Amino acid sequence: MTKMFSPIHGAREGLMNLAATLGQMGIVASQISRRLFRLDFDREELLRNLYKMGVKSVPIVLLTALFTGATMVVQAAPIVQRYGATQLLGWGAGFGILREVGPILTALMISGRVGANNTAELGTMTVTEQIDALRALAIDPIAFLIVPRFVAIVLTLFLSTLYADAVALVGAAYAGQALVGVDPITFYNGLTSDFMGIADVTNGLVKSAIFGIAIGLASCTFGTKVTGGAPGVGRAVNATVVASAAGIFVVDYFVSFILT
Amino acid sequence: MIQIQHLSKTFTHPVLRNVTLRVPAGCLYGLIGPGASGKSVLLKMITALMRPDSGTLHVDGQDVLGLSDIELAAFRLKFGMLFQNNALFDSMTVADNIAFPLRRLGQVSEAEISDRVRERLSAVSLAEFGDRNPSSLSGGQKKRVGVARATITRAPIIFYDEPAAGLDPVTSQRIFDLLRKEQESAKTTVIMVSSDIDRLLTVTDRVGMMFRGSLVFDGSTAEAAKSEEPHVKQFIHGLAEGPL
Repeated sequence: MTKMFSPIHGAREGLMNLAATLGQMGIVASQISRRLFRLDFDREELLRNLYKMGVKSVPIVLLTALFTGATMVVQAAPIVQRYGATQLLGWGAGFGILREVGPILTALMISGRVGANNTAELGTMTVTEQIDALRALAIDPIAFLIVPRFVAIVLTLFLSTLYADAVALVGAAYAGQALVGVDPITFYNGLTSDFMGIADVTNGLVKSAIFGIAIGLASCTFGTKVTGGAPGVGRAVNATVVASAAGIFVVDYFVSFILT
Repeated sequence: MIQIQHLSKTFTHPVLRNVTLRVPAGCLYGLIGPGASGKSVLLKMITALMRPDSGTLHVDGQDVLGLSDIELAAFRLKFGMLFQNNALFDSMTVADNIAFPLRRLGQVSEAEISDRVRERLSAVSLAEFGDRNPSSLSGGQKKRVGVARATITRAPIIFYDEPAAGLDPVTSQRIFDLLRKEQESAKTTVIMVSSDIDRLLTVTDRVGMMFRGSLVFDGSTAEAAKSEEPHVKQFIHGLAEGPL
């Protein structure tokens, strides 16, 4: 008999899959935590991944951040001009960039570039038995592969957000001067006015660390659970990108709610 | 000696059914059978990469299934393994791949590691390939790198999973001859899984045949060649008619 599609059945299956994925991520998180607590991970792998993930992401993060800051001013320019609120331009751009746009766009960029690549690498290593080979050589794959990659992703995103915020503000300041005629000093004064505080900076950085944890867990979990050869690797990469992006927005809501 | 008793494992369907097998020390044991008959799973059980649902498994008198994670890490040092897909690490050169098990042991000096890597590369006729990346090698060359890595620690037990899969007949025979020579010179216990029956039987001491998760034959190579057991006869002689 042909199986009929039922929305309730579909929803239940979706929820079961979500629960299973979250459970797997929980297991990976506990495995990583135990090794981190014992400082049991490969330092060379960590440095190699920091270079590959962090240093090599610098150009694309810089470019994205510069234009993001400028775009925010492009959007705000008509209103700023209409109401003559040029003193508020620095505050508006700073508030949006530091609290939301900087951390989120950097996380999405790192998720697409680093998270997807990490899943593809781990997935390929899984289907070509390289992970089994490590275990057969009496090497703990979590300590050797997973922990260094997880730590590298979290650090990469945190540091990238730091300089992406700064570059986005520079982009916004120069766009403000070019489009609205707000000189950088006025922009800076708005940015450092009483409306802004250190909490606006730390809020975004706390978010970036949590986004990094979400991307690291998703990419490592999907990468090591690959089955079904090359098509399985493709599915895992897709799952990582979707789960990371969705996770970033869901986590953003809750963290914003808690930190506000 | 490897002693397996009543080993069973089920994923969505049974992959091992009540397998009992004894591989004497110093024996080159060939494990044959059609695809998906449980050969690779059995190898992964012996190396404790998978756990059975039931049964017992002893290697050199050690109860493998009772080992803790830390004991397992020490236990695995007894083994070398060539994987079906070679499982060479893409991020390392050929020489680093071969040296990797020794470096991780941390008990051997860099100078000695270099000497042993050179010796292994020569043994598998790849002396000039140490600086190459595995992705630039042919299938046969990758297999030989895998053999070099599996044997570099001089482990007393070596597993070869499909050492000649996808290779031309000449390269296959060279690989089998190399493995036999290695086994004889190091007096290791070897379990070799292969579908290349004609060549496999030229090097093995004993043969076991798996079919749908069960061990349907276990005997000397000569006995296997003359066996009237229907599965073995059909598989070894490549007959179209039969129970397989």
